[in-house]
Amino acid sequence: MPQGEGETVRLRPPRNTLNERAVGWWRVQWLLLTALHVVPLAVLGALIEPARFWLLLPAAVLAVAGAAATVLFPLWWFRTHRWEITDDAVYVRTGFFWQEWRIAPMSRIQTVDTVRGPLEQLFRLATVTVTTASAKGAVRIQGLDHELAADLAGQLTRITRDTPGDAT
Amino acid sequence: MSTAAPPADWHRLDPRTVLVTALVVAGVVAGAAIPVTLGLTRWSSLPVAVLQVLAGALLVIGVAAGADRVRWHRTRYRIGTERVDLHTGLLLVKRRSLARSRIRTVDLTANLMLRLLGLVTVRIGTGEQGSESTLVLDPVTRAEGERLRLLLLERAATASPGVHREGELAVLDPRWIRYAPVSFVAPMLGGAAAGAVMQVSDWIGAQGQVIEWVGDRFRETPLLWTIIVLVLAALVAGVVGALGLWIEMWWNYRLEREAGGTLRVRRGLFTSRSISVEEARLRGVDLVEPLGVRLLGAARLDAITTGLAKDHEARNADHNTLLPAAPRTRADSVAADVLREPDTPTGAALTPHPLAARGRRLRWSLAAALAPVLILTLLGALLTPVLLWIALGCAAVAVPVAVALALDAYRALGHALSGRYLVTRSGTVRRSTAALERAGVIGWTVKQSVFQRRAGLLSITATTAAGGGAYTAYDTDASEGLTFAADAVPGLLEPFLERSPKGA
Repeated sequence: MPQGEGETVRLRPPRNTLNERAVGWWRVQWLLLTALHVVPLAVLGALIEPARFWLLLPAAVLAVAGAAATVLFPLWWFRTHRWEITDDAVYVRTGFFWQEWRIAPMSRIQTVDTVRGPLEQLFRLATVTVTTASAKGAVRIQGLDHELAADLAGQLTRITRDTPGDAT
Repeated sequence: MSTAAPPADWHRLDPRTVLVTALVVAGVVAGAAIPVTLGLTRWSSLPVAVLQVLAGALLVIGVAAGADRVRWHRTRYRIGTERVDLHTGLLLVKRRSLARSRIRTVDLTANLMLRLLGLVTVRIGTGEQGSESTLVLDPVTRAEGERLRLLLLERAATASPGVHREGELAVLDPRWIRYAPVSFVAPMLGGAAAGAVMQVSDWIGAQGQVIEWVGDRFRETPLLWTIIVLVLAALVAGVVGALGLWIEMWWNYRLEREAGGTLRVRRGLFTSRSISVEEARLRGVDLVEPLGVRLLGAARLDAITTGLAKDHEARNADHNTLLPAAPRTRADSVAADVLREPDTPTGAALTPHPLAARGRRLRWSLAAALAPVLILTLLGALLTPVLLWIALGCAAVAVPVAVALALDAYRALGHALSGRYLVTRSGTVRRSTAALERAGVIGWTVKQSVFQRRAGLLSITATTAAGGGAYTAYDTDASEGLTFAADAVPGLLEPFLERSPKGA
């Protein structure tokens, strides 16, 4: 490969960041996840006298770890999670420790779904899932503003409908 | 549903299905009859017991045959110009319909009894997940099955004619049976045989006697030899089983290309199977070399294709195997024939991956090997020095094996572009060399962990509608891997790449 030598090739970051409200949405998820583990432990610790230390200690550790994750992870994720839609492809970057770039060409897109969970509705966010004929090729953009997500889904559906081929 | 004879374009299954069901149930009943008769003799004389059991057996067979007669009566199918319809159901009537344009596979299977009666089971599939997309006609006559297969898979001859052979691409060479005992089936069957002996003896309440009998044989021998002999016996049983299974699976194996661009695999000693793969759906081949088979210089060939039947029964039957384990050169030539290429892409020279990938493999396998050793050492230090010796023994065996596997895994890594195909290879216990048609790539996934980022590596996955859905080149050099992916499918990755001079 002639151009492979002597130069570094990198994937450039996709152009768009997520909506800022995604940070809050992730934080609430982390808080809920932490509470789900800490609260039962703390309640049991308060009720069961003899085992109090061995219940409250892990509760404290989990609470500290959860608080750290709640503060840090969403900030990191917001910096690394990005998306872009060109005329030819959907391009998404996710993950911080395990970074992942996914590219799905327009001509191979089969379905475009918009999903809004209860928490996402609270934050007026939505997730757009783009699937191709591959069982392992789905591309998800989480944490988009819900109106933008609806527009995107409409736009993607229009483009894929106008692209010929059976997408396999 | 009306009981009148179906209209002309509707067909029924073969009425001998009732006979088949009756015979199968009779076989099962006969197996159960003897212990039941012996049990009944405790309360009544032998002739009475025999009569009772006979009456019971006839009742069971009669009910089963009657139910199947009703099923036969209520089942009918129609091959229309647009759709295939099947109405069936014992109590509820199920009406199912498939668009003919979506039919991808028509597979015929026949077990021994069906074969003796000249019948086959036909499975018509669209290749989508779930049993809802498969229609099963069980059974029809062999001629009718063949007619359906040709009718439903008939397509305009789209494949480019000429360049490559029509007709027979490969037939069974009985010498290939030498690869059967080294497959992973052999030790599994051996273990299963030993387990079955214990289980059956437990059922008849003789497990203790079996253990005692085995103990008696080895009264004079030391424990170590006893274990070795028993393991060898299980292995021998496993090898015999693997040979038998191979003969049943692959006897009469033939791979053919039919006019109109269909690849057809036929095989089976008792149960005959016919599996058709439409060439327009073929996206490549996967050359699979399990460790034992690879050490003997052989390989198996699987098809990478969209829309193979995926229901439960087909899943167990190696339905996408085009060629059983055969000498590597033979596998390569069959791959070339199947893909209509002068040389097989699975034999292409591959780009090796950076040395950092070797370090990662060594670290993983040493960590996996040393974790139990570490635990044993800790326990040994706390409890008893015997465990320390066991830990030493484990380390002496596990570390060389781990290093050998890691080095072999690194040697397996490679990727290349070869004509219309992209090739990725990986794996040590099951080395797989996948040649995937570049036009069949429907997306890319690039993954890079923190550790890979530091080592300048990444894993790049081509997603596809066919086969496993994704084929990955693990731990490639970051720049080289991205360039490879960009070249494999022009235009798709290119807009998202940044190129800068080295060291910048």
